[in-house]
Amino acid sequence: MTDLALPAAETAARTAAPTVAGRPRRRTLAYLQAAPLALVFLVFLVVPLVLTGIVSLWEYNEYEIIPALTLQNYADVFDGCLSADLCTTLRTYLSTVKFVALTLAITLPLGFAIAYFLAFYIRSGTVRMGLFLLCTIPFWTSNVIRMISWIPLLGRNGLVNDTLRALGLIRAPIEGLLYSDFAVVLAFVHLDTVFMIVPIFNSLARIDRRLIEAARDCGASGAQILWTVILPLAKPGIAIGTIFVTTLVMGDFVTVGVMGGQQIASVGKVIQVQMAYLQFPAAAANAMVLLAAVLLMILGLTRMIDLRREL
Amino acid sequence: MNVELIGLTKRYGAATAVDAIDLKVPSGAYCCLLGPSGCGKTTTLRMIGGHEHASAGDVVIGPKAVGDAAPSERGTAMMFQSYALFPHLDARDNVAFSLRMRGSGKVERRAKAMAMLDLVQMGHLAGRLPAQLSGGQQQRVALARALVTGPKVLLLDEPLSALDPFLRVRMRVELKRIQTELGLTFIHVTHSQEEAMALSDLVVVMNAGRIEQAADPRTVFERPATAFVARFIGGHNVIRLPDGLIAVRADRIRLGAEAGPAARPARVVAVEYQGTSVHVGLDAEGLERAPESPAALTAILSDADFAARPLRPGDTIPVGWDAAAAHRLDA
Repeated sequence: MTDLALPAAETAARTAAPTVAGRPRRRTLAYLQAAPLALVFLVFLVVPLVLTGIVSLWEYNEYEIIPALTLQNYADVFDGCLSADLCTTLRTYLSTVKFVALTLAITLPLGFAIAYFLAFYIRSGTVRMGLFLLCTIPFWTSNVIRMISWIPLLGRNGLVNDTLRALGLIRAPIEGLLYSDFAVVLAFVHLDTVFMIVPIFNSLARIDRRLIEAARDCGASGAQILWTVILPLAKPGIAIGTIFVTTLVMGDFVTVGVMGGQQIASVGKVIQVQMAYLQFPAAAANAMVLLAAVLLMILGLTRMIDLRREL
Repeated sequence: MNVELIGLTKRYGAATAVDAIDLKVPSGAYCCLLGPSGCGKTTTLRMIGGHEHASAGDVVIGPKAVGDAAPSERGTAMMFQSYALFPHLDARDNVAFSLRMRGSGKVERRAKAMAMLDLVQMGHLAGRLPAQLSGGQQQRVALARALVTGPKVLLLDEPLSALDPFLRVRMRVELKRIQTELGLTFIHVTHSQEEAMALSDLVVVMNAGRIEQAADPRTVFERPATAFVARFIGGHNVIRLPDGLIAVRADRIRLGAEAGPAARPARVVAVEYQGTSVHVGLDAEGLERAPESPAALTAILSDADFAARPLRPGDTIPVGWDAAAAHRLDA
């Protein structure tokens, strides 16, 4: 009897202790444990952001950057936006947002379908792991090489056009395959679908299989189960995946540049060009506006889905 | 509605989980499928509910064989182990779920769900999510959800095993009340013989995919059909005599002067005080001891009898039983 009672007494003592002396020490310990990551965030996120914010308020001319306080850079960003036709910034944002929408429209159903397949149809953990690795193949080589390799496939005399011509389906090569909106979206889908798959898979994997049986017992059809049980429970994963894809596409300049044949404007591209011309204050101002825009989009998303509650 | 199983079989590859069982559950009966884990009781239940495809045999519910009909077309409803409530829906919407799947209007299904929640005394917590409910409350919601479509047969998969002992006894009473009130056929899977005894009109003891005995609780306890039943149901001594196995209820074992002419000397190896009774473990010459049990025989004495003549481990005492108390076993 005493043997049995001992562990219970011990746990009681342990839970009681923090109320007396243990709590401050435990809190210090918690802060200590969080400190390394906090430090990384501080040095590599907060400090650069603050610096960018400061630089965005500086003046610049052709020769030098002058530490002063001016809102001119922001005024330049929105120059002409109040007039009837759209200003460059607004048009660039619209173009980028269009890519976000198109990429989401494809990666979301695609990512959900793949995640669903992995979570519900693959029983063996080894096979699942293998298929996951397959999803990461796009990341086995660098971004630039990956995009260059589209050229022999999609180019005017590329594999696709040649095959179609050989089959007699088309007479003249299709022009819009490369250096077009289509090519940009294709590259985004290729790159970003995995960022949709992983969080959605995570949500789906946590769904108790008995819920699906229970739904079937209640007379739900396959489509009803998907719509009323699986989809609501996958919402956190969908939200996180959407945030990933949105931020990736909003901030991109390489993909739009290469796949668009340097003909399509994007917000990231504007910033990159300004950096190339050493117009750091202008680039910083644009970056701050981009940051605000992305944050607003994420805020909108979290309004729709309460992530903190769902996690 | 009555439920009949005819040669019902479930095979997983080479392994047979349920081996051609036949069973008749009369309409309005409370039937418990009782057995150790892995005996095939849950698989049987799932085949009745349409959640598992039968390898062979038939399930007949009411007038017709249900074959491969979907769960909702059988007139059955299942209450799942650990309840399987939808975590994103509150109690009322959980109960209303099957009505929603059938396309009934919002107002109508919510009213029905509320009536059902009131039946299980959960009306006041209708707006809570499952995570905000205790185990017992979740179970009531699960029960309401199973009952809301008016099934004729309710299938319960270890419904009480996740509850603490005190709540288990309370919910047991509740289940029996609802079953009697609604006049439904309940088929309840459990590994607790106490639960099966307390609830059922028909106890079905299963072992290794077969039915060992199907009878009312009193018959199962008084006249266990096999050594397995006698051991599993508890309270019995299974004794190998030269001419076969017999079961003697532990409370019919006689010690000392009352042991009778066929008595043999036994050594006390364990004494356990249980409140109203005392369990005495005994070893005797010529009686084999089952591998996992602490003693060859167990005698249950009333606390008064024990107090009048206390025993201690190491004592030697004659042990016997009335010939009438010995029940011959099949195997």
